[in-house]
Amino acid sequence: MTSVLLNRRRLLAAGGSVLATGLSGLLLPARAQGLAPTDSMPGGTNNYRKGAAIVDRIGKGGFWMSGTVRRAGDGAPLAGQRIQIWAHTTEGREHEPQSHGATLTDKNGAFRLEMPQIIPIFGQPHGHLAYDSGEFKAVFLRPVMRSVKDTSLEAHFVLQPA
Amino acid sequence: MRLARVTLIWAALAAAVGVPLALAAASPLLAWRDPVYILACFAGIIALGLVLVQPLLIGGYLPGLPAYRGRRVHQWIGGALVVTLVVHVAGLWITSPPDMIDALLFSSPTPFSPFGVTAMWAIFAVALLAALRRRWGLRPRTWRIAHMSLAVVIVGGSVIHSMLVEGTMETVSKATLCTLVLGAAIVVMADLLTWRKRATPRRESTARR
Repeated sequence: MTSVLLNRRRLLAAGGSVLATGLSGLLLPARAQGLAPTDSMPGGTNNYRKGAAIVDRIGKGGFWMSGTVRRAGDGAPLAGQRIQIWAHTTEGREHEPQSHGATLTDKNGAFRLEMPQIIPIFGQPHGHLAYDSGEFKAVFLRPVMRSVKDTSLEAHFVLQPA
Repeated sequence: MRLARVTLIWAALAAAVGVPLALAAASPLLAWRDPVYILACFAGIIALGLVLVQPLLIGGYLPGLPAYRGRRVHQWIGGALVVTLVVHVAGLWITSPPDMIDALLFSSPTPFSPFGVTAMWAIFAVALLAALRRRWGLRPRTWRIAHMSLAVVIVGGSVIHSMLVEGTMETVSKATLCTLVLGAAIVVMADLLTWRKRATPRRESTARR
């Protein structure tokens, strides 16, 4: 059953991206050249605690959250951007302070933070990421893991000026 | 022979509900969940089990409980179903208020939530109608149509909700229980429809035309 769900999810993701690129290309020809900003995801802000500390690692680690931060339009990598990460893990529930941490993007706009293993909560194994520093419009992401057994997860931000 | 049949039916029902419960109780996820969340999860599994029992009682498929007596038990189990749902929702609300509020407002990112919430409202609606149908003077025919339609929503919603959740339930036992829930509902509804057709007096059926 898991494999069926996986396939369905992959199919949906693939189909969705084809549709999205196809449709936006058709409907918004003027914007097709520029990189569109990332929208916040439903439920992305859930259990957010503003201002979590920048840490080398959340808890004991073992799971990697990574991604990139770029500027809308030209897609230029944004260095030194603060990304906050939290999730329901083997070391704590989503709203608990020890489940939260933040990191900064490097000169290539990439970030990577080790954290405890994410486990399913509310029926989906998922993490939360936020950009909420003011310079750009805030974005809250809620990526879902392909499999409960995954030990890493990615999320990518394209930010637009606030 | 009769005793063997009786034992077999009850044992099958006990296994259909008991095995998924036992396997969920052995889920490694429980190690990282607090008691309130665990209670909420099991209330949901029990609710699914009760949704299996309900049509079997009405159809008179359970030995020792012919349809006329089964109806009485069906009403009590209906009440129990409302209680398990309240525990399920309240427990999840305590575990993560924003996620539960999203679900109730049909704005959650999880695809299974709207199915569960819709089935929940359908169950509450049946319970309310059942409690008030005498006072409101609901005609038996109206009540039957309302209850049957809502039952379709309840069974469909519960099964889709359960199958899409990635949680403590083990996949095969969950799929089996869901198949039985669907099967029981379909068989009993088909029974009821044919019985009613047979039982409809000629006068009523001609009067309707």
